[in-house]
Amino acid sequence: MSAINSGEIDLAVVGAGPAGLAAATTAAELGLAVSVFDENATPGGQIYRGIEAVAAKRGADFAVLGDAYRAGESIVRDFRASKAAYAPNTGVWLVQKDRQLGIVRDGKAGMVAARRVLIATGAQERPVPIPGWTLPGVMLAGAAQGLLKSAGMVPAGPVVLAGNGPLLYQLAAQLVAAGVKIAALLETRSERAAALPHLPAALMAGNYLAKGLGLIAAVKRAGVPIRRGVTELRALGCERLEAVEVAAGGRTERIDAALLCLHQGVVANVQLSLAIPLKHEWSAAQRCWRPVVDQWGNSDVEGIAVAGDCAGIGGAEAAAHAGRIAAFEAARALGRIDAAARDTHAASDLAAWRRHLRARPFLDALYPPAQGLVVPADDVPVCRCEEVTAGQVRDAVRQGGTGPNQVKSFTRSGMGPCQGRMCALTVSEVIADALGKPVAEIGTYRIRPPIKPLTVGELAALE
Amino acid sequence: MFRRLHEPEAAVTITVDGAPLVAGAGETVAAALLASGNPVCRQSPASGQPRAPFCMMGACFDCLVEIDGVPNRQSCLVEVRPGMAVRRQARPTPVGP
Ligand SMILES: Cc1cc2nc3c(=O)[nH]c(=O)nc-3n(C[C@H](O)[C@@H](O)[C@H](O)COP(=O)(O)OP(=O)(O)OC[C@H]3O[C@@H](n4cnc5c(N)ncnc54)[C@H](O)[C@@H]3O)c2cc1C
Ligand code: FES
Repeated sequence: MSAINSGEIDLAVVGAGPAGLAAATTAAELGLAVSVFDENATPGGQIYRGIEAVAAKRGADFAVLGDAYRAGESIVRDFRASKAAYAPNTGVWLVQKDRQLGIVRDGKAGMVAARRVLIATGAQERPVPIPGWTLPGVMLAGAAQGLLKSAGMVPAGPVVLAGNGPLLYQLAAQLVAAGVKIAALLETRSERAAALPHLPAALMAGNYLAKGLGLIAAVKRAGVPIRRGVTELRALGCERLEAVEVAAGGRTERIDAALLCLHQGVVANVQLSLAIPLKHEWSAAQRCWRPVVDQWGNSDVEGIAVAGDCAGIGGAEAAAHAGRIAAFEAARALGRIDAAARDTHAASDLAAWRRHLRARPFLDALYPPAQGLVVPADDVPVCRCEEVTAGQVRDAVRQGGTGPNQVKSFTRSGMGPCQGRMCALTVSEVIADALGKPVAEIGTYRIRPPIKPLTVGELAALE
Repeated sequence: MFRRLHEPEAAVTITVDGAPLVAGAGETVAAALLASGNPVCRQSPASGQPRAPFCMMGACFDCLVEIDGVPNRQSCLVEVRPGMAVRRQARPTPVGP
């Protein structure tokens, strides 16, 4: 592994999660000059966040974080041993169709050119708009998990977990293993009946079900109070969270809490792919946008491919296979191997990738986001940055707003620093619901680069 | 809001609004603030409400702070460095009539 040089780049990879790391290692083995850019200080992406520090200094934490986390050690080690160049702390704020990338590191912006680009920017958590979700003390579940992975930190006061999805149970099990007392786990929705038809395929896909049941059993064994069928959630407090109000089964209760961890699953992180823009489609099963790609990850723009969870949620193992598949295709496109060699190299990864994806319909059906969180009530802020409520979005629709970009100009939703990352899905869903149309027809915000904040000085430094 | 499971192997001292804060090497500024007892990073420009890190993965921008004189840095993506000067961001004073 080496630092980024200004020499020619065959393959620029955006993102150092399992998809990007596996792609970079494989492409470097095939003789491509690879550069990986990631805005974090260390490799691993979301799932393997902090893995090198845990392996080197906090080995005891592996027992808390679990085997799925430990699997990241070899992916990161292989990457470090490869010839791929690595630029940590480097945000990619622009990818042009001509494969020029805008990068920013330590306040310095620059441009690099590559023959091919692989977007491997992963997932983000689905926003969970509830009353009070902007209070300090309310976080996403993955945020609390990230602190455990990267810094060995756990909640200090009473903690409540709310929502649904594998990651929520995983966090609960990890906190229990770390000796943290969980005040309550509030489950919004799980649809066993709807998921059942997808169960046989999921059982063939791997040990997803066993893993999930193991986590839930560990949480129950620890005596964590669990409320099922939660219909309403409210974060209460003035300057910071003081309590969580929860309605379930016709009963409302108030639970004191210093920290509320919310989760409604993860969605493809399409900020960069939308800004290019690549062609996207609405995934009804995952209720999120994803770029349209073929099995090799090729998008509608020549030379720009997408792999991993940013192309649709498939999980970490599928992401690593997709990364390798995209690397073989990059080597073919750049003339290093022919199509027949690519097919031979990629055969086992393609088979494994498809097998892992067979678990998804079951998981997607079992843990759909709660309708009341997808289309929140009028008083709930949907855009955190500009504090625009769902009611204001509905007003904008009543005044003739037919799409997210119009609603944005009427209400300022999506105009703050997060550029819609925290409200785009909700705004599209609320508009679709108000107009009685499918979200696919409503579309999403137009995203314009730079997708990472640049100061005027940084832009000027580009001249 | 958060506590460390272990004493950090190496301590790094930064300042937050001028007051010293001891963090662990390799921690992000946002993590250090979350373990400090006061996780607030900024006031929301719209209403002035306090905001703290929400996503810890670079998506929400609620963790924006001033670092070494540069405003609007995502503190969940920046690791602490000895002597780093962090300032919480106040709501910009509204201008105009
Ligand atoms: C917060 C969170 C926690 C998760 N935890 C788990 C878990 O514990 N277990 C599990 O099975 N799954 C987890 N997931 C699901 C996750 O999506 C995994 O399936 C896996 O990490 C996906 O791998 P990936 O390589 O596609 O992307 P990721 O691992 O997400 O890696 C993408 C990388 O790209 C970087 N990046 C994104 N945009 C830019 C940009 N513009 N410039 C520079 N860098 C950029 C990100 O910082 C990240 O490091 C989590 C998801 C989230 C959002
Ligand atoms: S905590 Fe969300 S961007 Fe930093």
